[in-house]
Amino acid sequence: MSGTDGTPYAPHTEAETTAMLSAIGAEDEAALFDIPEAVAFDGEFGIEQRTEREIRAECSRIFARNDDLVEFLGRGHYGHYVPSVVDHLADRAEFLTSYTQYQPEISQGFLQALFEYQSMLVELTGLPVANCSMYDAATALGEAATLADRVRSTSGDVVLVPEHLREGKRAVLDNYCAGAGLAVEPYPMADGNADIDALADRVGDDVVMVFAENPTVRGCVEEGLAAIGDLAAEADALFTLGSDPVSLSVLQEPASVGADVVVGEAGALGLPTAYGMGLGLFACSDEFLRQVPGRLVGAGEDAAGDRAFTLTLQTREQHIRKERATSNICTNQAWVALRAAIHAATLGPDGLVELANDCVREAEALAARIDELSGVAAPVHDRHHVREFAVRVDQPAAAIAEDLETAGFAVHAIDEHLLQVCVTDLNAGRTDGLVAAFEEVI
Amino acid sequence: MIHNQADYAREDDEVHEPLLSEKDETTVDVREASPLPDDLTRDELTLPAPSEPEIARHYTRLSQMNWAIDSGPYPLGSCTMKYNPKFTEDVAADPNAAIHPDRSARSAQGNLELQYRLQEYLGDIGGMDAVTLQPPAGAAGEFTGIAVAKAYHEHHGNDRSEVVIPASAHGTNFATAAMAGYDVVELPSGDDGRVDVEALEAAVGDDTAALMLTNPNTVGLFERDITEIAEIVHDAGGLLYYDGANLNALLGRGRPGDMGFDVMHYNVHKTFATPHGGGGPGAGPVGVVDELAEFLPAPRIREAEEGSGYEPFEPANTIGKVHGFGGNWLVLVKTYAYIARLGDEGLADAAAKAVLNANYLAERIDLDVPYGPFHHEFAATAGDRDAADVAKRMLDFGVHPPTTKWPEMVPEAMLTEPTEIEGQSSLDDLAEAFNLAYADTEEALDAAPNRTAASRIDQVSAARDPRLSWQALDGE
Repeated sequence: MSGTDGTPYAPHTEAETTAMLSAIGAEDEAALFDIPEAVAFDGEFGIEQRTEREIRAECSRIFARNDDLVEFLGRGHYGHYVPSVVDHLADRAEFLTSYTQYQPEISQGFLQALFEYQSMLVELTGLPVANCSMYDAATALGEAATLADRVRSTSGDVVLVPEHLREGKRAVLDNYCAGAGLAVEPYPMADGNADIDALADRVGDDVVMVFAENPTVRGCVEEGLAAIGDLAAEADALFTLGSDPVSLSVLQEPASVGADVVVGEAGALGLPTAYGMGLGLFACSDEFLRQVPGRLVGAGEDAAGDRAFTLTLQTREQHIRKERATSNICTNQAWVALRAAIHAATLGPDGLVELANDCVREAEALAARIDELSGVAAPVHDRHHVREFAVRVDQPAAAIAEDLETAGFAVHAIDEHLLQVCVTDLNAGRTDGLVAAFEEVI
Repeated sequence: MIHNQADYAREDDEVHEPLLSEKDETTVDVREASPLPDDLTRDELTLPAPSEPEIARHYTRLSQMNWAIDSGPYPLGSCTMKYNPKFTEDVAADPNAAIHPDRSARSAQGNLELQYRLQEYLGDIGGMDAVTLQPPAGAAGEFTGIAVAKAYHEHHGNDRSEVVIPASAHGTNFATAAMAGYDVVELPSGDDGRVDVEALEAAVGDDTAALMLTNPNTVGLFERDITEIAEIVHDAGGLLYYDGANLNALLGRGRPGDMGFDVMHYNVHKTFATPHGGGGPGAGPVGVVDELAEFLPAPRIREAEEGSGYEPFEPANTIGKVHGFGGNWLVLVKTYAYIARLGDEGLADAAAKAVLNANYLAERIDLDVPYGPFHHEFAATAGDRDAADVAKRMLDFGVHPPTTKWPEMVPEAMLTEPTEIEGQSSLDDLAEAFNLAYADTEEALDAAPNRTAASRIDQVSAARDPRLSWQALDGE
């Protein structure tokens, strides 16, 4: 490595640079820029160049300022143990440093991996079409709403969502809906599930989409899915169901309860919690094939008659259809989808079902233990739970969450007297500590 | 140079590497296994359950049937990639950084500090006053920027309905404007390939919310009239949006903020070398001038007022959120590491070498380049050859071809962007691939590619009869 102050990632020697300039007929590099004096930047950003080693030390010092907590956090964003094989295979440079598969003949590997990812989601959702990813659960929900707007010719513009919904998810949905001229309206919950009677009263001609989650943001298994599906169908509204691939491996198959679209956080597989980075799941029925947002990989044939894969139905997309595209999405989360697929393959259906069942059992067991403490009730809702559940505390929830944090445990404070606790394979071994800390702080 | 790509074809079955589902399918009786009541579960689940050695081999074989920037040049104009420095992966993999997004600010000081530092870096690089890191890709950054512009106009009581976009712009610009609820006014290019200032004057007015502009534009030309363009848009009460796709050409020599742009997104994979991962994750941070800062998504990160540390805060008239959490965190960490590695001198040198490389390559190829002087990319024309066929033939010569047939202002366009990471010999190889393919016979072009895992794929039939899952292939 030379001592140059330039970029370390350009191979040019000084002699080569000179030869290249001479081939072009330019005096120096500056002569190649056609930027008027008035807008040229001749200052400095003030960013000091550091060595690789210095940056690793610097960032490691910065990240060490995060507290070392045992996290019992979820609310729609989950981490499960990711086997080493996922990192090692997904990190292969042929995958990680490739671009979108615009030349399919030389990109068969990634295309097939994405085709397999789509197929896994087709099995989990029961819906015949799954795209090869959206950014995250929230943006996938936003895309579902704009899909509903395109395919449903009801007289209104209302998107119904559960009263219990992540604030962030709602905020993203609001932005997608604002552009499409849709209005988002919450429907009430009854003991942690959709209030079917209230929903029946509300659903009508002005509704283009009904959204429900299974599990809900509070971890409750939703028991009224078929009824919600019927209500949506009667009103000719789209029924969009939110879930994740681990939960889907045991919960009711979305297609069987009339879901038209499934969205959610597929990053529950393949990704650590990664400070909120996600993988948007998007699947839908055949009916909307030409209205799907995002990229689709299809099987076809090459000139030799062999099966080959390619991005397909691209006339839906922005680079062809411009302002009439189904979405502006271009770059998505392909590499994260690859990770999720490898993780799913590693678990197999047995491992997936076992993981999901453990999430049901662990949540039930931990809720029962917490419920034994005085001044605390768990779970708040008399439902089955996956991974997480709400906890009612007599004292202010925020103060208890803060005390628990001081004791080394992170939980959610979701209301004045409500906490939420999420248990997965990652923290199931630390529940004794959490229960002891709970006892200490209440 | 010749490149024979790996291929694991099973000729009897007429497939390349078999699908996972063709290797194994296992069915689990979910009702039997689940602690939940039967009416709340599915009946069964059928998925492949290969062993770990089989998985390792499957994905390794797939990877070998995939071209990447570490394999060779990937000069996809406007899209393109740079070499992704390996150490940035290690920085992003720090387990201390992999925390849940719902952590309290008090317990997430490290991540907040890195976010703050990156906001500052990006602000300096773009000449912008305030930055959000939340948008998870460039197109999401566009949507954020236009939503911010819309919120700004509405806040000032202006009901504006149109976004003006040059015909040569990226398709995302048009789709973004439509998603945000705007009508698109398409601006034809001038004869010199740049914005036609007179046409712009005619196109903007009381209804103009914004002009979306890429600079240098999509054939690599700097919009020399940018000051006048900014005046025209501002005089009409509109805002000037900078599509950051080509910021890599300007690093250290020009800043959108100094040119009159009010809002911009940054393309981190192209400008700051984060891996593209075969189609994401990306990141599309958005920078704005002071007047627009109060509309940015929430939260942004600032230094805490009291004592040390950092805190999230909600801008006064925020548009809300564009991602469920803070965006694609791992990508943002890699962005920070790359910027730090290059520093002022490295960033400016990256732009200089990228422009040098594009000019050198254009000099070495036999195809005409109708528009110039270009910077980091150029649109060559394949003339009477079919650009897509020339591209397919290039695949046999150890390079990925450029973007083809776009932008439309250049007939049979081959939009080429080598970036700074190619050295002279690599550019010579690339030029040779261009020239061999361009000069080849019609028959050879039609038959290409010959050395890739798959031969020419019939995309029209694939779209006519869409088979999008292994379930759809069953029984064939």
